[in-house]
Amino acid sequence: MRVGILALQGAFIEHKYTLDALHIESFEIRQKKDIQTEFDGLIIPGGESTVMGKLLRELKLFDPIKELIAQGLPVFGTCAGLLLLAKDIENDDKLHLATMDIVAKRNAYGRQLGSFTIEENFQGIGKIPMIFIRAPYINSVQDDAEVLATVNGKIVAAKQKNQLVTAFHPELTQDISVHKYFVEMIRRKHS
Amino acid sequence: MKNERWELNKNLAQMLKGGVIMDVTTPEQAKIAEAAGACAVMALERIPADIRAAGGVSRMSDPKMIRGIQAAVSIPVMAKCRIGHFTEAQILEAIEIDYIDESEVLSPADNKYHIDKTKFNVPFVCGAKDLGEALRRINEGAAMIRTKGEPGTGDVVQAVRHMRMIQREIRRITSMSEDEIFDVAKELQVPYDLVLYVHENGKLPVVNFAAGGVATPADAALMMQLGAEGVFVGSGIFKSGNPEKRASAIVKAVTNFKDAKVLAELSQDLGEAMVGINEQEIELLMAERGK
Repeated sequence: MRVGILALQGAFIEHKYTLDALHIESFEIRQKKDIQTEFDGLIIPGGESTVMGKLLRELKLFDPIKELIAQGLPVFGTCAGLLLLAKDIENDDKLHLATMDIVAKRNAYGRQLGSFTIEENFQGIGKIPMIFIRAPYINSVQDDAEVLATVNGKIVAAKQKNQLVTAFHPELTQDISVHKYFVEMIRRKHS
Repeated sequence: MKNERWELNKNLAQMLKGGVIMDVTTPEQAKIAEAAGACAVMALERIPADIRAAGGVSRMSDPKMIRGIQAAVSIPVMAKCRIGHFTEAQILEAIEIDYIDESEVLSPADNKYHIDKTKFNVPFVCGAKDLGEALRRINEGAAMIRTKGEPGTGDVVQAVRHMRMIQREIRRITSMSEDEIFDVAKELQVPYDLVLYVHENGKLPVVNFAAGGVATPADAALMMQLGAEGVFVGSGIFKSGNPEKRASAIVKAVTNFKDAKVLAELSQDLGEAMVGINEQEIELLMAERGK
């Protein structure tokens, strides 16, 4: 199994370390030639969604990646990655890959002083530590998108078919259960 | 609790990695920077090149001006306070700045003490010329480090020197035997635990950016290849002929910093770079402020 990590900007190396702990092979995606060979899953990391959205387009990665997700490539977006996948963002006109039926809110907890950590339940896993950094949350899910975790009544993790998103950063903690969950999604697709 | 805050603040710097933080003086410039792909902006009244030209005492920017920039963009906004001026820092915290740069670019307010950054909830980034300075700032509570470089010159030589120095010292400590760490802690005037972290991990405990004198996509890529995790660009953008294009090219150079073919494309037709001053021609060495 090979998982590509979008490495245009942000905390991509942390995802690599987490996949290393799970003994999953990964590689960085920085330009179009990096996705010429086949791969089994994609991680879109935290960072600034404006930067990644712009670079996706200018480096000609936008269409091929959108196409791969539409064809069923398992994808996992954290924080900015969630925003890139959302079909609607309440407080931003600029949308990006827009493949997942969720309505997100950017910087939903305000500026850095609003960043926090908490332990909450994640469906099918149990209580896990969640780190929110200038994070978004999900206002609502549509269609067959399902809620996987909430914090204080706000949706912070969701899944729809091959797509998994979290508003928090599992890659910043020692807990590898959400990545394991994603790896399982990839395995199930192949079986 | 305090430690958890430091972790969160360190985490924000992790989200900025692989990105470019740009100096801006107006909401319009901030919007240009955001559209060009800046991962954060540094709001200040005058860019370092103009501070250098104007001389005199340079202070924290007008909070109204900073608020204007906060309202203009959705990315993190940073601002500078003077070294040791904890009241300026309190003011910046009160307006909910995302990151405070306790910066040698402004005139120092204290010749001996830096700000006790553990007393704050907002994160701090500080400049460093060598590993000792970097670890001392981290011990005071900095959640991110940048090289000092020589701001406002368009000359990358000092940023290169500082980054090489930090990396060289990290390599030296990594290769030491554990019983030698005690002496290094004495030599660098920092707690043993911090030196031990460097020994075991081969890196700083916080994110390390390059800053000071970066003017071209090639400069930015050079700093990344030397081990920077991202780049601050100050005067280099809005003192150049075509700020929009140059800013956008520097952002892409940081993402594909190892691909010379891409860098060649990006370096084309950027218009005039900032003129710059060589390090021998400057009278004021900002990097010597605050050790």
